[in-house]
Amino acid sequence: MTLLEQFQLWLATIWPEWAAYITPAIVGIVVVLAFVLLTVIVFIWYERRLLGRFQIRLGPNRLGPEGIFQPIATALKVLLKEDIVPAKGDKLVHWLAPVVVFVPILLIFAVVPFDKGAIFSDLNVGIVYVVAISSVSAVGIYMAGWASNNKYALIAALRTIAQMVSYELPVVLSIIGVVLMVGSLSMSQIVESQNIPFIILQPLGFVIFFLGTVAEMNRCPFDLLEADSEIVAGYHIEYSGMKFAMFYLGEYGHALAYSCIIATLFLGGWQGPLLPPIIWFLIKIVAVFSVIVWMRSTLPRLRVDQLMAFAWKCLLPMAVINLFIVAAEALWLPEALPWIMVVVNFAFASILTLLWSRLFALGGGRVEV
Amino acid sequence: MLADYGYIGLLLIVAILFTVSMPLLALSLSFLGIIPRKSNPDKTSTYECGMETIGKTWVQFNFRYYLYAIIFVALDVLTVFLYPWAVNLKELGLLGLISVAVFFAILVVGYIYAWRKGALEWK
Repeated sequence: MTLLEQFQLWLATIWPEWAAYITPAIVGIVVVLAFVLLTVIVFIWYERRLLGRFQIRLGPNRLGPEGIFQPIATALKVLLKEDIVPAKGDKLVHWLAPVVVFVPILLIFAVVPFDKGAIFSDLNVGIVYVVAISSVSAVGIYMAGWASNNKYALIAALRTIAQMVSYELPVVLSIIGVVLMVGSLSMSQIVESQNIPFIILQPLGFVIFFLGTVAEMNRCPFDLLEADSEIVAGYHIEYSGMKFAMFYLGEYGHALAYSCIIATLFLGGWQGPLLPPIIWFLIKIVAVFSVIVWMRSTLPRLRVDQLMAFAWKCLLPMAVINLFIVAAEALWLPEALPWIMVVVNFAFASILTLLWSRLFALGGGRVEV
Repeated sequence: MLADYGYIGLLLIVAILFTVSMPLLALSLSFLGIIPRKSNPDKTSTYECGMETIGKTWVQFNFRYYLYAIIFVALDVLTVFLYPWAVNLKELGLLGLISVAVFFAILVVGYIYAWRKGALEWK
């Protein structure tokens, strides 16, 4: 039973039923929205600072202590910019696209467990809900690229669809690995069953899921749809002012949402010794996000054919093999001996990774230049 | 159970209202004159590297996308069937695993055929 449901039961003793149903929902929505917006602002600052450190410079450090108010100043500046709509574009879709990108990202947070019972709505199909909702924002990005009536934006829109379609499969298949171990799709049960975090039990599944989600949230090295060096800024090239800010917020919101999902599925969510659960959860989110920023500052951007080949020829077969290994282990290995599974899975992960790197080197999955 | 989805519905309504309110805020500020509204044909013309755009932009998808999309649909339908099996793995036991393996084998044939035929190459 979640905290909000307990609150609702308590309210039902003193208030009429509809008010007792609505009030906890409003409290929950306010908390979720506040968490998302605050964390996104902190993340924008954190990424700029961290990127600065990676590139041996300071990053924004003037406004407030350590430059913490820089994102707020940026937001105000962007808010006061003129809104330019291209004359040849589709004006209604141009308006609608940022909304379609942003709403699904807020909806993902409905099933993120922040603490024991601290989940907005404990759906019994939680993780399928996340998969379904998170692919909707690809439609928004496509709408933005199409409505702008700009060639760069259109190329970005087409690339978005190709990328989303390709990386959806490895992500979904690696989630099934987790579901096999847990035997439930509910997010809170996934966390509660992780006495050992699944990153140790299924290292290969974690790597596939991580790379797939980084591709789905369009971050470096998979950010082909906003590659500055070839298609300028991609789908939001014709956007300015508040609508651009919504894409920007949406991008970080997406990163935050997937950091939460990765922390929940593979890092044990709010579970951890000594510290309070919510602190553990925040530490895990920030750790995941730091790795994403690290990848951004280290790896060069993939070419589009490499991107597709990586998804279809590398991640997808590995995800299928991982799925069957995990299924066999979940069926036959005794639950009292998880360490056998750890050893076997680490061995399989390293063998498969080596095998696939050899395959690409020998020309089996090679892409023509 | 239905109550959980009711909460999702409420969140959806609030999320839409919140998201729509952001461009509306910018719009109302521009009516108040705080945000500039000085449009001209050069500003609203299509952005390109200093040149006029040649030809129309709204073109058809390349045929290559279709091949990826059709493989995606085949495999994605498969994953939909995998979720119920994954939840009931222990009850279904060995028989369930074998049926899923057969199911996979049929699709893997198609996948290898697509790879051999070069449908996964991006040229």
